[in-house]
Amino acid sequence: MEALIALFAPINFIDEILLKFFSPQTVNNVVWPFIQIGAVVTIVAGWVAYATYLERKISAFMQARLGPMRVGPWGLLQPIADAIKLLTKEDFIPDKADRGIFFIAPYIAVASAFIVMAVIPFAPDWGVITDVNIGLLFVLAVSSVGVLALILAGWSSNSKYALLGGLRSSAQMVSYEVAMGLSLVGALMFARTLSLSGVVNAQAIDSVWFLIYQPAGFLIFLVSGIAENNRAPFDLPEAESELVAGFHTEYSGMRWSLFFMAEYAAMVVVSAIAVTVYLGGWYFPFVHRLTEANGHHNLYVIVSLLVFIAKLLAVLYLYFWLRWTLPRFRYDQLMDIGWKWLIPSALINIGLSAFAVFLVQALDGWRGFKTIDSISAGLNLTPAGKGIMIAMGLIGLGITGWLLSKINWRSRDFNLRLQRRNIRLVNLPKGKPAVPPPAAAES
Amino acid sequence: MHQVEIATTQETLLDSPEMVLNMGPQHPSTHGVLRVILKLDGETVIDLDCDIGYLHRGMEKIAENRQYTMIAPYWDRLDYIAAVSNGLVWVETVEQMMGLVVPPRAHYLRTILTELNRIASHLLWLATHALDIGAVTVLLWALREREEILKIFERQFGARLTCHAWRIGGMPNDAYDDFASDVRRFVSNFPKRLDEYETVLSENRIWLSRTVGIGVISGEEAVAIGLSGPALRGSGVAWDVRKARPYAAYADMDFDVPLGENGDTYDRYLVRLEEMRQSRRIVDQALDNLPDGPVNAKIPKIVKPPAGDYYHSIEGPKGEIGCYLVADGSAQPWRLRVRPPSLINLQALRQMCVGHLVADVVAIIGTLDIVLGEIDR
Repeated sequence: MEALIALFAPINFIDEILLKFFSPQTVNNVVWPFIQIGAVVTIVAGWVAYATYLERKISAFMQARLGPMRVGPWGLLQPIADAIKLLTKEDFIPDKADRGIFFIAPYIAVASAFIVMAVIPFAPDWGVITDVNIGLLFVLAVSSVGVLALILAGWSSNSKYALLGGLRSSAQMVSYEVAMGLSLVGALMFARTLSLSGVVNAQAIDSVWFLIYQPAGFLIFLVSGIAENNRAPFDLPEAESELVAGFHTEYSGMRWSLFFMAEYAAMVVVSAIAVTVYLGGWYFPFVHRLTEANGHHNLYVIVSLLVFIAKLLAVLYLYFWLRWTLPRFRYDQLMDIGWKWLIPSALINIGLSAFAVFLVQALDGWRGFKTIDSISAGLNLTPAGKGIMIAMGLIGLGITGWLLSKINWRSRDFNLRLQRRNIRLVNLPKGKPAVPPPAAAES
Repeated sequence: MHQVEIATTQETLLDSPEMVLNMGPQHPSTHGVLRVILKLDGETVIDLDCDIGYLHRGMEKIAENRQYTMIAPYWDRLDYIAAVSNGLVWVETVEQMMGLVVPPRAHYLRTILTELNRIASHLLWLATHALDIGAVTVLLWALREREEILKIFERQFGARLTCHAWRIGGMPNDAYDDFASDVRRFVSNFPKRLDEYETVLSENRIWLSRTVGIGVISGEEAVAIGLSGPALRGSGVAWDVRKARPYAAYADMDFDVPLGENGDTYDRYLVRLEEMRQSRRIVDQALDNLPDGPVNAKIPKIVKPPAGDYYHSIEGPKGEIGCYLVADGSAQPWRLRVRPPSLINLQALRQMCVGHLVADVVAIIGTLDIVLGEIDR
């Protein structure tokens, strides 16, 4: 334990040195944020490189092969080799492309993905770069700027494939953003704040994950998040088999890899939001009691950070898993899912969550029945209140599914399997042989 | 072939809601160098035209200047996915023209190996078809199984892809020592693996919605166009050359022919999967009853079929592959004509695609299971 604590001594040490040069206010508001931003950008950029390695290894594991093995032990240096290759490649610009827009599009994509990292609470205390009180709105607003990059890239390439990819992505991201935003509303009713740190605190104080109150909301968020990121099975804008590479068909070298980085960074962002809002963020049972309560503050932050990363990786694994398992949707089917399934279910979920919150508040104080502890930081419920909420969540999941199948039962894709009969096997009569049987020929 | 009208002037291009999209010849999912010119309204296909010939080698003309025994390797390069099946139609045509009697053991080995080749070809079809629709993992799983078959081919013929498997009058050599056990091992593992693919795809909602009702072609239309193979049977037409005019040892085999009902991509998918199971059944039977004896007939030093013409066809993995041969009594054929199943199946593309989306065109090209080597010859 002592050794562990000694590991974090440098943090205090840096703090002391900084205090010699700057006023405490500057250190807290300017210098530390810069260090944090540097750390996050570096780590996420590195993560993007190694996410490709991880994805290749995981897909290899699913596909009965080894994945990268040549560069370094177990191919660990492969991402670095890839980066060098991409940096030294020719940065090709098509003849008729709109050069200015063509240049700027990848930067917009990367910037919009990275800026969102600023408000994500990776851990308590110094694990938060900045805590904006409209955090979630900020996330949704900035990440939708990413669509602009894809449209611009598709348009400026002056290629039909890129144009189709750009059009698809704009339609897709616009419609899924709606479902994504709406699905978060349910969880926010429990958190009673838009600040992401506030959302995590609400879960930590209540010692629950909003996942168990909001199973339907979580599923909707996850699906629309994957679609929003253009990942398989919703990777239509870059559908390799139809559109070659979609909006980045004409890009090469580093500019292409910027799009790639943006995709992975956006994956990290959406997973981080999913973790923060539904999976408790950095909160894990007993961590606070074992560390902070014993006075080991930095240890508490570090363990919380690890918890956050572990949850993040679990969600990201889901991304990889889905990508390498499922076939791709068609463009119109994707729109169907967005508008006929996800948006109605998000709306139903809002209604049901509101009713659940109302029910718990109405029951509080009814014949001495107590459901709410306090509403100072989020909605803190007593065990009885939690039970009601969990039951309402599960009932909500059932009601949502039932209502959706009522809405959609006429649609073509609804329960296709039941509409199908299997092929039949027939034993055809044998015709006159083309080759005379050997015995007959000999006689 | 049908021509797509392409607006050429600036004015018409700007006014019309249509867009002409060139798919191929370098495109990830046209299965080679097929060029499809699509006329799109948004993403809906309103017209299309295939441009073929990028892989033309003049194989039929070359054959007129080669001796009969020298032509067989060219057949391997027609449908290079199923070189063993292709080679069979050529040697059987010549054998029948000459009236050669092939020993039964050779017939049985031919049956086993062509059926293995059918499985290999269908596996590659499954791999690429699934890849086109976006299920990447199935690609590598199917290639893993195909690898087992290619290993058997490599040991038997000395080559994996262009095997040059047969000789006129029989086989170059008898089956290698562990042939039976190798094939048995593959045959016993295969159904389990096939079930795995089915769990990933057959019941998959996305797979269903991508294939059901896509590229529908009715039985009458299919016959009118001249489709053959699984593309024909997917529409419910009961025609299989192995049954109708049994060649090699198929007359002794007991197997069923799967027939679809709706003639859509999903039916053709199920038909091909079931064909793999039936092929496995045939291989099993042929191995059980494999007779002993020589594998080669006595043939003259120079193969000279009598003057005349002859047509013979077999059920290749892609469809009915036929060989029309006109001989003038010399050591070289006077004219050779291939009935290419892929080319004829490709004729249905326009009928199947019009009205669907761009993504479906890819799925339909996949379900037709074309090989450009055979289309262009």
